[in-house]
Amino acid sequence: MKTYPKKQIRLICESPIADRMRKLLERAPISGYTLLPAVGGSGSEGAWMREGLVGDAGQMVVFLIILDESELQKVLDLLYGGMKAQMGIITISDVEVVRPERF
Amino acid sequence: MASILDIAAINLLSAPVLFFVLGFAGSLAGSRLTLPEAVAKTLSIYLMLAIGFKGGVAVAEHGIGIDLFLALAAGAALSALLPLIGFGMLGAMTKLDRTNRAAVAAHYGSISIVTFVAATQSMTIIGVDHDGYMVAVAAVMETPAILVALWLAGSASSDSRPEDESILGEIFLNSSVVVLIGAFVIGIITGPKGLEEISGFIVAPFIGVLCLFLLDMGAVAARGMSSGRKFMTPGLIGFGLLMPFVGALVALGVALLIGMTPGTAAILMTLAASASYIAVPAALRLALPEASPSIYLTLSLGITFPMNLTIGIPAYLAIAQWVIR
Repeated sequence: MKTYPKKQIRLICESPIADRMRKLLERAPISGYTLLPAVGGSGSEGAWMREGLVGDAGQMVVFLIILDESELQKVLDLLYGGMKAQMGIITISDVEVVRPERF
Repeated sequence: MASILDIAAINLLSAPVLFFVLGFAGSLAGSRLTLPEAVAKTLSIYLMLAIGFKGGVAVAEHGIGIDLFLALAAGAALSALLPLIGFGMLGAMTKLDRTNRAAVAAHYGSISIVTFVAATQSMTIIGVDHDGYMVAVAAVMETPAILVALWLAGSASSDSRPEDESILGEIFLNSSVVVLIGAFVIGIITGPKGLEEISGFIVAPFIGVLCLFLLDMGAVAARGMSSGRKFMTPGLIGFGLLMPFVGALVALGVALLIGMTPGTAAILMTLAASASYIAVPAALRLALPEASPSIYLTLSLGITFPMNLTIGIPAYLAIAQWVIR
């Protein structure tokens, strides 16, 4: 099967700013995104687990965005602008898709 | 009047507190005891709904008087004043920077609604009456502390926060405030008849649900304490144990000033002594992202919450009964 190169942004951010990031993504030149809950982890602020928590603080979520390379810088600037003071990680990777017209 | 030891014994040996201790000890011992996030959130909403509704029914039965408005004003004033005291104490007791001092102070000016629920339940077990409108006071006390803390931090907005993002919306519309106040108003509207209709849902199972929730909270508090231990200094731990009593004593003075009964005063003291770990942390991640959540979450959830639940609540009640005769 023929595949086509695209870029994937993986954004791990704090749960309290998930709404902010969703609003930014709605304005971004992308066709969609996927939001996942992170189960737990550890970082500069220590270890955390989603289970048992009743508040958003201390939880993280993951956004997955697949897009064309031509829009990558614009989307990155937009996302980083919304989270530069927050905890989180943005990574960019090369991916292959089978339906390029969707991205 | 029961002695402080009697009250402490009744509180410590009550089922909700013992379940909290079980969760706490089990988690410290290495048990992976925990409730799924969705279950914990559902139980939390149930408790807010039940306590809000019952408070509203109590107000419907006894009417809305000047004492309600005095209590609301007292709660708002305490919530605004306590961060200033906490901020000063943190400056004297710790080496935290201004932003983190303001963030911690916000938590101690605001309230823990679970501590409030536990206190009202302890009063019921011990047999001390309190006014139902304290539910509304609890809700009012959530917010002023955050605004004062942002002012103390010297910045009400982070440069990464969009201008259209409302911190006040986040505070006022967080699920505990919406459910608590909404259920309170519904309780006032429907009165005792409404309570009779749903008592099978919100009265009989209440203590059992509280036990289950506190079992989980015990585990969460122990995990928070363990994971945040490296951020704790003797000064911070001292603050987490001392500030609740400072807040409670200030609240006692206010309660005396407006003529509260011992039970209602003890609830106000508990509210002033408690530290938020649900609403304020989420709001501060938006408004003050530079502050370290490991410090304020560990302090409020791992130090102050267990102390209040086991020692604080009976102490506040005993002091209130001793001072207000």
